[in-house]
Amino acid sequence: MSEHIVPVRIYVTIFLALLVGTTLTVMAAFYDFPWQFNTIIALTIASVKATLVVLYFMHVRYSSRLVWVIVAAALFWMGILFALTLSDYSTRQWLSSGY
Amino acid sequence: MEQQREAGTLGMWVFLVTEIMFFGGMFLAYTLYRSMFPAAFASASNHLDITLGAVNTGVLILSSFTMAMAVYFTQIGKRRPQILCLVLTLILGLTFLGIKAVEYHDKYTDRLIPGHLIPSAPFGPAVNEHGKPPDHHKLTLLTGATLPQVEMFYWIYFAMTGMHALHMIIGAGLLTFLLIYSIKGRFDPEYHSPVEVIGLYWHFVDIVWIFLFPLLYLLGRHLEHG
Repeated sequence: MSEHIVPVRIYVTIFLALLVGTTLTVMAAFYDFPWQFNTIIALTIASVKATLVVLYFMHVRYSSRLVWVIVAAALFWMGILFALTLSDYSTRQWLSSGY
Repeated sequence: MEQQREAGTLGMWVFLVTEIMFFGGMFLAYTLYRSMFPAAFASASNHLDITLGAVNTGVLILSSFTMAMAVYFTQIGKRRPQILCLVLTLILGLTFLGIKAVEYHDKYTDRLIPGHLIPSAPFGPAVNEHGKPPDHHKLTLLTGATLPQVEMFYWIYFAMTGMHALHMIIGAGLLTFLLIYSIKGRFDPEYHSPVEVIGLYWHFVDIVWIFLFPLLYLLGRHLEHG
């Protein structure tokens, strides 16, 4: 497998998309959305931006399966870290004795 | 040669996984404290300079772009644009750090540096009084927020942006190394793993900021006038 050279056009497109994402997230921050939607929108935009950087600037889209596995493993373990900790904290008040 | 390049890239990715876990821990701490003190986090966040934060996001995205272009020009063997792109990336990285320093100084002036880290200016911001027009050097406390909780936000703010800035400083050092070796003509389409691998690191640091910016700067903006 020879090295894949990503065309300049794609780099420019991704760069512009990242700038648009930044503008959108700043604009959205000033609107008062109901419930937790401000946070959800901000995190969604950030995740999309991060995915674009990983796939194109970091060439993961064109990389071997092994790189994919490593990236997926990182996200999976982050998921465990958050899921287990938050399930602990969010259920502490279920104990009436106040631990 | 191909296998060596693959191995190098893979090694960098494994290192980046450890970095993801490292920053992940801090993002987790942020999540927990924000869920405990939502009003204080929103109040403290509103004191951060959104313009400087947004400009810095743009600077960092642009630097990621020039870094990607540096890798591209190395791959096709064009040395002059490759060196130019590395110089631009380095300048943009330093610009980010400069703007960050201005922000840190503002926090110092407004006595928002937590604890007694600065003995001459311990944490003790001035607070806007109700019914008066807000003074932007003062902190506006939203209903339910207390100063110790605001201080907690600033511990997390300085820990996260500080670690991020440290990564930027290390990245700037690595870029300087790349620049020297590029000028010496060490990289060509056959061999350029260092450019690619340091590029991966640089993009990773950019991604951390992509999350830090909305989480630290934008979380309470929509409550400001409500």
